[in-house]
Amino acid sequence: MNTSSMAEQEAMHISKPNAIEEAAARRRTRQQRERVIEGGLFLAALTSVATTVLIIAVLLSESIGFFKTVPLRDFFTDTLWTPLFANPHYGILPLLAGTLVTSAVGLLVAIPLGTVAAIYLSEFSSSRVREIIKPALELLGAVPTVVYGYFALLVVTPALQRLWPDLPGFNMLGPGIVIGIMIMPFVISLSEDAMRAVPMVLREGSYAMGATRLQTAWRVVVPAATSGLVAAYVLGISRAVGETMVVAIAAGQNPNLTWNPLEPAATITAYIVQVALGDLPHGSIGYQSIFAAGLVLAVMTFAFNILGHVLRKRFREVY
Amino acid sequence: MDAADSTHPQEWPKPLKAETRALSFSYGNRLALKNLSLPIAEYQITALIGPSGCGKSTFLRCFNRMHDLYAGNRYEGEILLYPDQRNILAREVDPIEVRMRIAMVFQKPNPFPKSIYDNVAYGLRVRGTSERQLLDEKVEQALRSAALWEEVKDRLTARATSLSGGQQQRLCIARALATDPELLLLDEPTSALDPIATASIEELLLDLKSRVTILIVTHNMQQAARVSDWTAFMYLGELVEFGLTKQLFTTPSKKQTEDYITGRFG
Repeated sequence: MNTSSMAEQEAMHISKPNAIEEAAARRRTRQQRERVIEGGLFLAALTSVATTVLIIAVLLSESIGFFKTVPLRDFFTDTLWTPLFANPHYGILPLLAGTLVTSAVGLLVAIPLGTVAAIYLSEFSSSRVREIIKPALELLGAVPTVVYGYFALLVVTPALQRLWPDLPGFNMLGPGIVIGIMIMPFVISLSEDAMRAVPMVLREGSYAMGATRLQTAWRVVVPAATSGLVAAYVLGISRAVGETMVVAIAAGQNPNLTWNPLEPAATITAYIVQVALGDLPHGSIGYQSIFAAGLVLAVMTFAFNILGHVLRKRFREVY
Repeated sequence: MDAADSTHPQEWPKPLKAETRALSFSYGNRLALKNLSLPIAEYQITALIGPSGCGKSTFLRCFNRMHDLYAGNRYEGEILLYPDQRNILAREVDPIEVRMRIAMVFQKPNPFPKSIYDNVAYGLRVRGTSERQLLDEKVEQALRSAALWEEVKDRLTARATSLSGGQQQRLCIARALATDPELLLLDEPTSALDPIATASIEELLLDLKSRVTILIVTHNMQQAARVSDWTAFMYLGELVEFGLTKQLFTTPSKKQTEDYITGRFG
């Protein structure tokens, strides 16, 4: 061993405890910093969960007050919804019918058109065409809903009145159609993603059997993408059910128990908007009725989401 | 013919089911096949072997114009299909018409997300057959030919994806056979399967060759030696050697072939 290496060793011996301590200190600060960052991230994630929990809590607590006055049976069987009248009735059915009819009309527009458009984009269009259409669709999704509402009232309904001259100015068909147009970009985008996720070997297998593009798209790609398509539809349903401005503006705000889309009616959301804008005393039954209606809406979307989840699992393909 | 002269002049298959003449193919600017001339013997099994990237799958996929599905691909030369000696690469020939005569089985089993029955009936339905009795008959026949009937006859309505990998591949063979193709293309059909499933597919191919001409791409030289009558060895997009399998594997005439089959590269 020469002198220089001995000197080195000595130096190391002396500096070693120091080095270890320093390293430990560095590790501690690093761990602390990590913990702070982790905590921050956790809080960010928590806000969304906490918000949901709080919303449900508020909905429930205010609804409990409501259901103390109004029996559940009346709520679900009474055919009148007149909470602000001198002789009040609290039957949710008229609002529920309004919501279901406008949503159904919207889905009848959005699902077939959206699926066909998605098939075109995923299986037929050239990438050039797709590059033009996709941003255009996204633009359609960026239009404020209030604009759609006036579009329904001032363009779609008058156009429909040419077909049905008796159609009232406020009706569920016009806004229903507009809701369909509104959720279509959403349905198209999700459906296209689902179809593009279908592996190429399945398409090639179909083409190799002598199938045409249309046969391949319709008989192989669509069935293979079922789970994704169902998810797209269910998310579309949730949006249609929760849609507010269009129906508040163009469907009329008169709770009216009817399943005929040619008649005016109020939806749950339209009622909430209408009443929330007025000055109701806090804690009054009318005030509480907003929360009861909101709870019904929340339960409905929740149920659709669960349904979508179940269907998705059932149709999931293993590639 | 060039290829024959340069390899085994006396061994040239007869009768032919198909023949490629000076076939070249490019993906965009990349030339993947260079001037291949190869005969395909009728009712025999021809194997294409060669290291990865040598162009054997590309070559196979020319036969059913699979490359037409993607933009920028170009064929040159001819593929003649016998007995009519039509060039199936000609611009005026509809690829769908070609695929009606030539079926294909892929590397990875790719059953459609349908029932076993609907998978086998797919080709017939695409051709417009909807008569139930005829479909039933053809489906049974095809499943029997693919040695799958006994295993699935009681659950024809079960989803095809519920089958094992080997069964799925035999289902894909049944699907291909249901339309009575003249030529069956197989692209490494056993590479995703275990040895037992592989053995059953190989046995099946030997049974099938009395009824359909088979062209098989394989990565596995033992497989080529076991099942094929003729073998073509490809390297870097070119045909190096073609001949009777037993000759090519015992007395290859080219150094490259010998190096490959003895495992010195590839």
